[in-house]
Formats: sequence, structure tokens, C-alpha cells
Amino acid sequence: MKNKLLTYLFPKRDICRSIVVSLALLATTVQAETVFVSLEKDNALASIDPIEGKLIKTVPIGQRPRGLALSSDNKFLFVATSDDNTIRMLDAETLKELAKLPSGKDPETFALSPNGEKLYVSNEDDSLVTVIDLTTKKAVHEIKVGVEPEGITISPDNQWLISASETTNMVHWIDTKTNVIVENTLVDPRPRAVNFTADSQQLWVTSEMAGTVMVLDAKTKQPIKTIKLEVEGVTFDKIQPVGVVIDKERKHAYIALGPANRVAVINAQTYEIEKVLLVGQRVWNLAFSPDQKRLYTTNGTSNDISIIDLDTQTVTKSVGVGTYPWGVAVKP
Amino acid sequence: MSFLHYWRAMSGIVGRELWRFVTQRERFISALVRPLVWLFVFAAGFRAALGLAISPPYETYILYEVYITPGLCGMIQLFNGMQSSLSMVYDREMGSMRTLLVCPLQRWFLLLSKLLAGTAVSVLQVYVFLAIASLYDIHVPLKGYWMVLPALLLSGLMLGALGLLLSSFIKQLENFAGVMNFVIFPMFFMSTALYPLWKIKESSALLYNLAQYNPFSQAVELTRFALYGQFNLHACLYTLGSFIVCMTIAIIGYNPSKGMMMKKKGGESSNS
Repeated sequence: MKNKLLTYLFPKRDICRSIVVSLALLATTVQAETVFVSLEKDNALASIDPIEGKLIKTVPIGQRPRGLALSSDNKFLFVATSDDNTIRMLDAETLKELAKLPSGKDPETFALSPNGEKLYVSNEDDSLVTVIDLTTKKAVHEIKVGVEPEGITISPDNQWLISASETTNMVHWIDTKTNVIVENTLVDPRPRAVNFTADSQQLWVTSEMAGTVMVLDAKTKQPIKTIKLEVEGVTFDKIQPVGVVIDKERKHAYIALGPANRVAVINAQTYEIEKVLLVGQRVWNLAFSPDQKRLYTTNGTSNDISIIDLDTQTVTKSVGVGTYPWGVAVKP
Repeated sequence: MSFLHYWRAMSGIVGRELWRFVTQRERFISALVRPLVWLFVFAAGFRAALGLAISPPYETYILYEVYITPGLCGMIQLFNGMQSSLSMVYDREMGSMRTLLVCPLQRWFLLLSKLLAGTAVSVLQVYVFLAIASLYDIHVPLKGYWMVLPALLLSGLMLGALGLLLSSFIKQLENFAGVMNFVIFPMFFMSTALYPLWKIKESSALLYNLAQYNPFSQAVELTRFALYGQFNLHACLYTLGSFIVCMTIAIIGYNPSKGMMMKKKGGESSNS
């Protein structure tokens, strides 16, 4: 009886239901995420809607912003404003500045501990890594490392802090509990970026001058593979790998090849280069979308970011963002 | 004359042309060799070019071979349009067109059927070319493959009509070399098939204007946009307009009482 009445009142109930279900599906599949990009020359921070492929807004941030990271709870955004000699802590929602952290001179890159308690900054000019306590917002320690430290990362299990020294050609394995260098590994010339696999078992290091990426075993701290990056039709001098990211399942690693204007897709099991994707000019840093279905690249001299669909491994769009995009972070 | 007569004549002409193309393996292969040489050899030389600036319909950076693919589709249609229309010079004297022209159907209809037949062949060639290009990692969105069909039909008709127009002026098939040098090559090189308009503008304002108003450029742009699932209204109207103009002049040209046939005859008799 009830069903008959409903059919009488809403004869096209099935259609209505399917519309509601479709809308609900649409709402769940197309989740909005925001891509933050630091603009080195514009002294600004850009927010981009990557689904729409549009620049939402640009806000002034400080002098020469470069390194960029979100806290693990996505509440805070940290931006290294190099020429202001500080790291700014912002509310990730409103982009209001909450604090200025004592980063030391000329901060460029930094790493956040997975528990959100510490922030580690590379001080290139002083050959130091500064440790900042995020609770007190004070520098609590300085670790002497090799000459020109740049790439810096922390293993997801919070055991190792890695600092790569560009001139010393070394990565330093620092125990996060003691802040002491436990071991140094010699790598190819001019190591730029470092990143761990999600299981903390491997460390991937890009070497700008050698045009290679080295895969180090976290237990032995020795290289297990050196991958020579080559692109058909592109001269060797243009292949200068910088940013590196590896997906959660360790199926693929993606490497920004700098002035080669390409991103290399590497099979993280066989270490073979599977594909090379053309992006904007001087591709620098990379970041995954939270669901790891897309990859965002900052293209320094073409003033845009490229969006890569990882299911099809194709570049779908490049969006103009401002002058000299450098760092990239993605908020769900 | 009933509709059935027209239909039978048109399907006969188109079917015959398609059948000829499919069964003549040498013709089929040689039609594909030209664009494939351009793609694999010429474009490969420019692979080192580190991407082209983004211009619609592209939304990101592309390799040079991706850029010239629609241009090579246009090239296939340009050569096919010229060849099939110019073969009418021979056909008119010796082949099937001689019989057709004396049949009781309207002359414009016969010309249009012949044009459609040539266009159908060129569309087939383009699809085979696109299939080979996809094996070379040149992909377009899936919908682009069917959206390009009306664009190819229109551009094929326009280029075929241009060929018809030229063939109405040509006395002998030997003049094809002249058509190559004075029509096909300038049309192809002074277009957006090989370089984007903004790039041509950087080198020469005159070339830029010539390329912009070249109907072949517009046909290529129509194809390019359609391949990426977009509709370029300006290119469509320009191509359609060019087709109407060329077709009208060709029909007049083929009219024995008014057109070039008359003049040709006069010329021939005075020569003899």
C-alpha cells in the first residue's frame, strides 16, 4: 500500500533516486583539493584548484619563498621565505600567518617530523641543519653537516633524518633521537633532493650533475642501484634531476628532470625508466595528490604547474600560476 | 530523374572509388608513406625541441610530432584532393568521367559525387594514418577520433573542390608538376600544419598573414581542434566558405557552354 502510494505521488521515483545517487557519487569522486605553490620571484603563495585547473588566488607571503610543506594534520602550512631568513607558519585554511620560526640564514628546504613536533631546516651557507621545536617555536639544536646542505627528509618511521650536501656529495644519516650523524654515504655529484619510500626501507637521491638517481638501502646505507637518466633527443647537460617522489605501493618513482622539461617515470621494482613526460620548463619539485591519482610539478621558468594523471600517465594540463614557481604542497 | 537515380549514381561513384583504393595496394601504401616519412623522419629531427608553448586546443606542452599530426592529416587530404580531382583531367578524356558526363544527371551532382568519393578515400587514409601514429605514442582523446570525422569530411570536400577548380583550368595531366610547385607546396608550407601561427608571426608578418588566410590553415585548425574534442567555429566557417566558393567556380568551369571547357576547346582547336 505504502509503495503504491509512493509510486502514485512520485511516478518517476527511480529517476529521482538515480539522480540523487549520481550526485552523491559525483560529490565523493571529485574531492576538492588545493595545491599551494610558492612563487620565488613574485614573493607570493598561489592556491590552485587542480580539478578545475584554475588559479584560485595569490597572496603575498614574504621575500623569496621556496620550500613549502603541510603539517601531517593539514592544519598548518610552512613556507621558507629565504630572503627574510625565516620560515613562516600559516593557517592552511585562512593563510593567516601564525608564527615566524627561527630558521637560521637563507632557509630553502626543510622537513617536518611525521609526528609534527620538529622541523629541520637546511642552512646552505652555514653548512648546518637547524632543529626547531614546533611546540615552543624555538631553535633547539644545530647539526653540523657537509658543505651546502640542500635536500632534506625524514623517514616515515621517524628514525632517520637525511641531509644531502651538494658540494660534499654526501647524504648524512642523522639519528632523530640523538641528532647525531650516524653514517655518511658518498653519492653522485651534487645531490639535490632526497626522499624515502613509504616503508622507510629505501632512500632515493637525485644527483643534479651526474644526471642520476641513486637508490640506497636504509639498513646498509649503501646504494643498491644507480639509475642513469636519459631522454631520447635531449642532450646530457640538460638532464639535471631534482625532485623525487615514490608512490605508496612503491610501484613508480617520479623524477623532475629540471631543464630537460620532463618528468621521468621509473618502475620502482625494476628501476627501469618506463616513460618520460613532457611538462613545463625547468621542472623542479613534485607533489602527489592525497589519493596519489595525480602528480603536480612546479615549472620554474615557464611559470606554471603541470598536472599529471597517474592512471594514464599523461600530462593533462599546465596552469599558469605566477613567476618562478618553486615549492608545492597539496591540501586535501 | 528520381531520388533513387541520384542515390544510385552517387553510391556507385563513391563505392567504386573506395573499392579502387582498397584493392590497389600500391596506391594504399604510397598514400601513407608521405605523411609517415614526415612524422618519423622530419618530426623526429625536431624531437629535441623542448616542447612548444601552450596554445589552444592544447592544454599542456606537446612534442613537435604531436603538433604536426593534424597538419599531416591535412597533408593527406591536400594531396588526395588534388590528385583525385586532377585525375579527372585524364578521366574526362579517357575514363569513367567521359561516360558519366554524358549521363542525364546534373553535372554539378556528378562533380559533387566525384568529390565525395575522393573525400571518402582521404578520410580512410587519415584514419589509417592516425592508427599508425597512435602506435608511435601519439594519442588524442578517444572522442577526438569520432569528432574529427565531420571536420575531415568538410576539409576533404574543400580541398577536393579546390582541386576540381584547378582541374577545370588544366588541359593536360602533365601540368600536375606545376600544381605541385605553385599550389600544393605553397599551401602546405604557408600554413599552420608545420608551425603554429604565433611562431610564424615571430619570423615574418607577411607570412603570418598569408598563413592566417590560407584556407588550408583553417582546414588544419578545424581538424586539430576536432581531434581534441573541440569545435573551432571560425575555422569551420572559413573552410565551409572556401568550399562553397571553390565548388561554385568549379561547377561553372565544368559547364561546357560557359566555363573553362569552352575556352579549352577553343585553345585546343586554335593550337591544332
